[in-house]
Amino acid sequence: MKKLLALLLALVMVLALAACGGSGSEPAGDADQTVMEMPSTPEPRDLEPIAPADLKIGMVCIGDDNSGYDVAHLTGLRSACETLGVPAENIIYKYNTPETEMAYDACVDCAEQGCQVIFTDSYGHQEHTLRAAQEYPDVTFFAMTGDQGLLEGLPNLKNAFNHTFESRYVSGVVAGMKLAEMIANGELTDANYDEDGNAKIGYVGAYPYAEVVSGYTAFYLGVRSIVENVVMDVQYTNSWFDQTGEGSAADALMSRGCCIISQHADSTGAPSAVQAAHEAGSNVYCVGYNIDMRSVAPDAALTSAANDWSVYYTFALQSLINGEDVNVDWSAGYAEGANKIFPLNEDIVAEGTAEKVAEVEAAIADGSLQVFDCSTFTVGGEHPTSFLAIDLDGDFNGDVGEAIVDGVFQESTLRSAPYFSLRIDGITELNAG
Amino acid sequence: MNHESLLHISKREGLVWWQAWLIRLASLLLGMVVSAAFIYTITKLNPVRVYAAMWDGAFGTTRRAWVTTRDAMMLLCIGVGLAPAFMMRFWNIGAEGQILMGGCATAAVLLYAGNAFPSWLLLLLGALVSVLAGALWGIVPAFFKARWNTNETLFTLMMNYIAIQITCFLVAKWENPKGSNSVGIINSRTQAGWFPSLFGQQYVMNVILVLAIAVLMFLYLRYTKQGYEISVVGESENTARYAGISVRRVLIRTMAISGAVCGFSGFIAVSGSGHTISVDTAGGRGFTAIIVAWMAKFNTFVMILIALLLVFLEKGAIQIASQFQLNDYASNVVEGIILFFLLGSEFFIQYDLRFRSHSHKKEVQA
Repeated sequence: MKKLLALLLALVMVLALAACGGSGSEPAGDADQTVMEMPSTPEPRDLEPIAPADLKIGMVCIGDDNSGYDVAHLTGLRSACETLGVPAENIIYKYNTPETEMAYDACVDCAEQGCQVIFTDSYGHQEHTLRAAQEYPDVTFFAMTGDQGLLEGLPNLKNAFNHTFESRYVSGVVAGMKLAEMIANGELTDANYDEDGNAKIGYVGAYPYAEVVSGYTAFYLGVRSIVENVVMDVQYTNSWFDQTGEGSAADALMSRGCCIISQHADSTGAPSAVQAAHEAGSNVYCVGYNIDMRSVAPDAALTSAANDWSVYYTFALQSLINGEDVNVDWSAGYAEGANKIFPLNEDIVAEGTAEKVAEVEAAIADGSLQVFDCSTFTVGGEHPTSFLAIDLDGDFNGDVGEAIVDGVFQESTLRSAPYFSLRIDGITELNAG
Repeated sequence: MNHESLLHISKREGLVWWQAWLIRLASLLLGMVVSAAFIYTITKLNPVRVYAAMWDGAFGTTRRAWVTTRDAMMLLCIGVGLAPAFMMRFWNIGAEGQILMGGCATAAVLLYAGNAFPSWLLLLLGALVSVLAGALWGIVPAFFKARWNTNETLFTLMMNYIAIQITCFLVAKWENPKGSNSVGIINSRTQAGWFPSLFGQQYVMNVILVLAIAVLMFLYLRYTKQGYEISVVGESENTARYAGISVRRVLIRTMAISGAVCGFSGFIAVSGSGHTISVDTAGGRGFTAIIVAWMAKFNTFVMILIALLLVFLEKGAIQIASQFQLNDYASNVVEGIILFFLLGSEFFIQYDLRFRSHSHKKEVQA
């Protein structure tokens, strides 16, 4: 029953999102509109230092140790606590917390048990985190991957997001190297090319949100930095975690001729499907996310993009231990060690991949390579020159915050959560309005 | 003479009510013992500590006790709503949808009239529209059943999906902030249309309302003519017709009531608990409540116990996951074992089980 319900829900979401997705491209600009300004960040609070042994932490997760997404957060938090000398038993876990008032209950329960810090790890938790944050002003709440902290202006509500797009770009380079090798060896068939002679790759996305768009665009640009003639199809599942849905999305993409499949959804569905196809004789590979997908796709997974959340958890907890407030938004990438890819699958990656990856990672870390360099992509045939990132009035149009500076789309600088939502040429969304 | 069979099963007669409850209690304890054995063999944890943690998770602090109560009341309300339909042998699998429709209606009132009316009027309006919306969702399948004898199990189930679609549509329409795919906390600044705190507690009103409905439903089913008509239709439609009862009218009227109460629980979910609306507002409780209604044999007072037990198991599961890293699967097994024993006990209440032996008959109890 639950499965059927979930399936229908997913279907419904497609329709619902399709219904509202269309308004995104409407021109902005109302003459009477008042001039809007970037929301200002709240004043840093005066905090008392806390001894690591006294620091009590609440961790509200949407899943548990069976979900790669949660594992990334849990590992990050646990290793941060180890580094800082916070005893492991000081963490109160709330597993499998749905994005309902249960999340609020979980936050409040942690606060009542004396937690000074409470993390919620899913985007949809944030409205409930916010409600708890209003009630417990002395507790610092972290709505991880959330985006409302800046707009709400509560001093005790924080957001954080890694530069996942950097990991995706690097994993795209790995895929690109493989694709180049496949083309050179003449391994691709006609079905793997579109009518213009571009090689086809695919991407299983969760929702048509900026977070996903930013990620798949970075992956695609990574591939294209190696193989010029490539196009990508994106199939949405409208769920963050849907083993079956992600598997069938991957199957759909492969049947369209996509020869490398990447993903932004949390299960092992897509890599498992690609592994199965590989075993059945198809010449297909995949790039995973969050989990080292070699475990489920030993012959097909080239690598997997990953976040190292320990960097942020360490930073945030260290700050509170020192009695320093942290910024509302935090975002970091390769330069700070917050992003990585899982080890390459040496048996199947193209020759020279490791060297290329090292080179690209170094270039991203020192800033000489910008993932969203506007000269490398076009939107409707033109290189974009302006994009307002922050939507203040909820009309899907950015109102403030110019994101394109010096010809580069500056992702995650105006706020931590991704806002790159341009649909660039070369990528086709198969099932979004 | 069936002298070859080793086991003889016969319908029990004359079991006094407290004997039946003794059997139920025994089966609950036995279920807990088996669960304890399971916990110990798999995890080597002390089962007593695990049960203590479950108790702590459900009732350990005042707040936890209230959250447990709130959720039990919600489950109870839905169970009470289902009772008349099931008593009529009308398989209302559509509580989920009826809750959502009630919730949507309430959310609409809070969103559109939030600033226009005082809070008490909003509550009254919310209650009214939620009841109407739920009733409508109950009447539609009843009408088709009465008119064309459609299968109500499938019909009510499908009505759920329509309700989910409508909820999705409304969530997309009311999104706040836009793009978040959620409505956010409605009237979070003004708290307009929220249940007021009574006696310093947030959820007292939930308890009062639901208990009042439970009592009324008990009286309605047990002591009114309409309640009697429901049980006659449930026993045999032909008998009902012979007695001059309009089966169609009873069908539609009863489902209107059933849907209305389920819709009302949507009102409680939105105004009295979540303060938001999403497809998770019902959260499967429309199905869990079926267990509540059936296990209690439609006795609304017994439902209180069952609802409490189920919510206790749920809250306990959260706590043992947190404390002992025993995840969902472990607590699902515990819940499964306990429910299995409770449901199984009904067999021993209904039937007498005797092993054949030459000299004497030994009675076997659960």
